[in-house]
Amino acid sequence: MSMLEVRDLHVSYGGIRALKGVSLRVEEGEIVTIIGANGAGKSTLLNAISGFLKPGNGEVTFKGGKIGMKASKIVKAGICHVPEGRLIFANLSVEDNLRLGAYLRNDRKKIAADLERVYELFPRLRERMKQLSGTLSGGEQQMLAMGRALMTDGDLVLLDEPSLGLAPLLVKTVFDIIVEFRGLGKTILLVEQNAYKALRIADRAYVLEQGHIVKTGVAREIAEDPAIKAAYLGAKSTPVT
Amino acid sequence: MEYILGIFELSAINLVAVLGLSILTGFTGLFSFGHAGFMAIGAYLSAILTKNFHLPFVVGILAAGLAAGLVSLLLGRLTLKLKGDYFCIATMGFGEAVRLVFSNWTYVNGARGMASIPKYDDLSLAIPFVTALVAVVVSWNLVNSRQGRNMVAVREEELAAQMAGIDVLRSKMTALVVSAILAGIAGALMANFIGFIAPKTFNMTKSTELTIIVIFGGLGSISGSVVGAFILTALPEVFRAFSDWRLVFYGLAVIVIMVGRPQGLLGGMELTPSGFRKSMAARRARAEFARLKAEGGGAA
Repeated sequence: MSMLEVRDLHVSYGGIRALKGVSLRVEEGEIVTIIGANGAGKSTLLNAISGFLKPGNGEVTFKGGKIGMKASKIVKAGICHVPEGRLIFANLSVEDNLRLGAYLRNDRKKIAADLERVYELFPRLRERMKQLSGTLSGGEQQMLAMGRALMTDGDLVLLDEPSLGLAPLLVKTVFDIIVEFRGLGKTILLVEQNAYKALRIADRAYVLEQGHIVKTGVAREIAEDPAIKAAYLGAKSTPVT
Repeated sequence: MEYILGIFELSAINLVAVLGLSILTGFTGLFSFGHAGFMAIGAYLSAILTKNFHLPFVVGILAAGLAAGLVSLLLGRLTLKLKGDYFCIATMGFGEAVRLVFSNWTYVNGARGMASIPKYDDLSLAIPFVTALVAVVVSWNLVNSRQGRNMVAVREEELAAQMAGIDVLRSKMTALVVSAILAGIAGALMANFIGFIAPKTFNMTKSTELTIIVIFGGLGSISGSVVGAFILTALPEVFRAFSDWRLVFYGLAVIVIMVGRPQGLLGGMELTPSGFRKSMAARRARAEFARLKAEGGGAA
């Protein structure tokens, strides 16, 4: 049984069809990445899975059960979404933001333990735990958003462009942490424009083009595919990082 | 003396409506320019019940709150999915639609309005004050409850609130219904205090006035709404000596406050010992951050 299974998902914005029948599955413990150009429908796909958008057609099952349409219920079921643009509560301290991640939980001891774990994973956040999170740098805000996702204690983490707009050094940190997430027992569905990095850490990959999945396979093989190389990896130049 | 009492009565009545709007706008971040519509529903219902059916004032008040709340449930279902400005426009349309319904309804005398509605006298003059007091207590408890914190989370960052598992739509709906109930009750109080209501009492100017009071008092502050309601209800009276110019002075006073204190009189803080401590702590934190930043590398 797959952890997440998406079958024939259709999403439209008014008359514009953003997803035209997307199917994919994510197995427990995997890192799966979705790569594709801007406007291919990557974020739309994540938003539809986490209930921020209402799909026109199709089915999403999580741990074998159908999940409803309601975002708050989906969070409760164990899917946590780190949206693009790392939305945090700017007027709250770093620690309060993290605690908000545990909004639906009642297990005080485990919450405290998870908070400690987040601080171990992101020492930078511990240094700044009392600071208003709106005053954090972009990279720190991304770490905060990811830390908050851990606090929800969900099993599946949806990451939307976590490296967007970050300095190269921080990009590396973010990807290292995604790998550590897996070590903590999380399953990850990652949407990235940095296809090269994403394919390096992922087990499997889906290539999304104009609302269709055009290719799928083991990440390493996709990275070697000449067509993919030309389209997303800049085949002629060697990657800088 | 009676004149002064009258101003306080009107302030208390306005306060009830303003508290509702404060919950919706100040705490949940939804702007409405149609709350006069809910007031109208409450006012007319209470007027009909107390005048035509000779029922007690309290029945009028309860029915007014109930009716406004029910109508807001319908309105919310239709409009709460709209984002920001669009919701605001929808409420504007709602307010005007309600006014026009009453303007064209012959049972309530259409545009001429309803006169000789039973008025509060002697002891019952306390009703607006008691109601206002209850409304303050209810609002205070609401915004300090889990529900209230959900509303603030929705105001601050809707998507992040949703990610944390807060049911955003339900939080907005709760805020809207509570605010409509309070507006409806305020309408009922107004009808039985003044004794005369007409559709034009509840035009968009009234809705705007309520929003101005909330912003003037400070978004996200119950005490700000209380202070704002009393000051801005009394202000036109203070300037009454200037006759036609008084509303100009009123406008100028609002502008001066908003330029000098954009967050409103008491934006985001409460007039309680703990609220005061909190705002002082926040001020220190901001100063500390500014200092770090000035030293360089604070936010980097």
